[in-house]
Amino acid sequence: MNRKKLVTVYSPWIASIGLFLIWELAVRLFHVPEYILPTPSASFAAIWQFHDAIWMHAVQTMLTTLGGFVIAVIFGVVVGAAVGSSQLIYAATNPVLIGFNSVPKIAVVPVLVMWFGIGTIPAVLTAFLISFFPIVANVATGLATLEPELRDVLRSLGASRIDILMKVGFPRSLPYFFTSLKIAITLAFVGSVMSETVASNVGMGYLMMAASSRFNIPLVFAGLLVIAAMGIAMYGIFSVIERRSTRWAVRGSHSG
Amino acid sequence: MTHAFVELDRVRLRYQEGEGLALEQTDMKIAKGEFIAVVGPSGCGKSSLLKLVSGLMPASEGTVIVDDHEVAGPLKICGMAFQNSTLLPWRTTLANVLLPLEIVQPHRSQLRSQRKKYEERAKHLLETVNLLGFENKYPWELSGGMQQRANLCRALIHEPDLLLLDEPFGALDAFTREELWDTLQKLWMENRFTVILVTHDLREAAYLADTIYVMSNRPGRILMRYENTLPRPRNQDMTFQPEFGDLVHELKGHIRTVRAA
Repeated sequence: MNRKKLVTVYSPWIASIGLFLIWELAVRLFHVPEYILPTPSASFAAIWQFHDAIWMHAVQTMLTTLGGFVIAVIFGVVVGAAVGSSQLIYAATNPVLIGFNSVPKIAVVPVLVMWFGIGTIPAVLTAFLISFFPIVANVATGLATLEPELRDVLRSLGASRIDILMKVGFPRSLPYFFTSLKIAITLAFVGSVMSETVASNVGMGYLMMAASSRFNIPLVFAGLLVIAAMGIAMYGIFSVIERRSTRWAVRGSHSG
Repeated sequence: MTHAFVELDRVRLRYQEGEGLALEQTDMKIAKGEFIAVVGPSGCGKSSLLKLVSGLMPASEGTVIVDDHEVAGPLKICGMAFQNSTLLPWRTTLANVLLPLEIVQPHRSQLRSQRKKYEERAKHLLETVNLLGFENKYPWELSGGMQQRANLCRALIHEPDLLLLDEPFGALDAFTREELWDTLQKLWMENRFTVILVTHDLREAAYLADTIYVMSNRPGRILMRYENTLPRPRNQDMTFQPEFGDLVHELKGHIRTVRAA
């Protein structure tokens, strides 16, 4: 491995550690009080100190997020397939979908609480509501941008709509689908934590809310770091799955 | 002329109600096993002609008859190839060539049980176009000419009676293009399917076709019908013979008057 490649491989670590260093130095240099901005070292210390509680709440948030995400994937694929393969359905549902996506999901949480009470269900649903849209949009795009020549080739063989969808539409939209999964999983975290913050007594959102009301700001930041780490981990997992399953679409970026 | 395999009877086409005609009254009779070429200025409706014959687009007036049946919807006996090869990037060459067999009956239901046989057939076809050894490569690992050869194989794997080609060699360099003329001629002479080739390359038409139709500017109309009597198999040397030159020259003259009109 040459120098340049080595730097590229380690660059994320260098950048992250660099960011923490700057943060640490800035807080110390300007004597920022801990209740405004704790140092990263204090935040990591808080992770260690409260690791039992954090673990419990993190697992809760993780499961909540994944629950909402799984619903979003199923819903997103079905709706995306419908929207992408029918001009009529696209025309009919597009304004509704865009309108829905524009509603701040924090405004929906009280409604969900009214229906389901506080706790896990509104968090799962918020995660779902906030993350399905990119999946719908990407799957639909992948299906709708099928080359007309290819469609003609298949139709002239007597292929049905289902044939075209199975042989070409779905494989072709896989890269779009996986791209949307990476976006959706990070959004799902936003949704579940948001809901936990206002309407739950478990989960990272609740943990941070409770910590801040006790002025335990290092623990709040510990929570933020843990959420960020979970987000990065899930994003990484989906990146690997994406690259494994759609090698043909990313051939340029990792060959040679 | 003997019994026609493809017949266009007073066909007119307009894309939308109230719009001008894309195809003016068009009559054509193509015999079984005939290789015809349609030449004309760009935008004259040559490609629409293929869509009419394949049933992808209905005629606004008149009838299209293929194999004694009036065309009402997409036919199932066609092979098609376009200028861009439209190979599926996630499939190997072999899997791409096999694609029509996953759709067309009776192959569709036999493919699973007789996979070996079909793969042999595909490999044989790939061998005829000098692609043996590339069957496990992906399209992006092939050159433009190789992709187009694979594309031809895909259009022929289900042994269609009718091959529709829309400027299939348009995007290739001159050497590769002329090489593929020979490939196509060879495939045609071995299997004798009916070919409709749409092209703006007059030399290509003169090299490959039995009959050449010259079309007018939009609205497209058939102006001329040439019987090309150059002996087969035609080869690259013949393109330097005066007979070949004269034919191309004559076609060129017609196109010129068409474009000026």
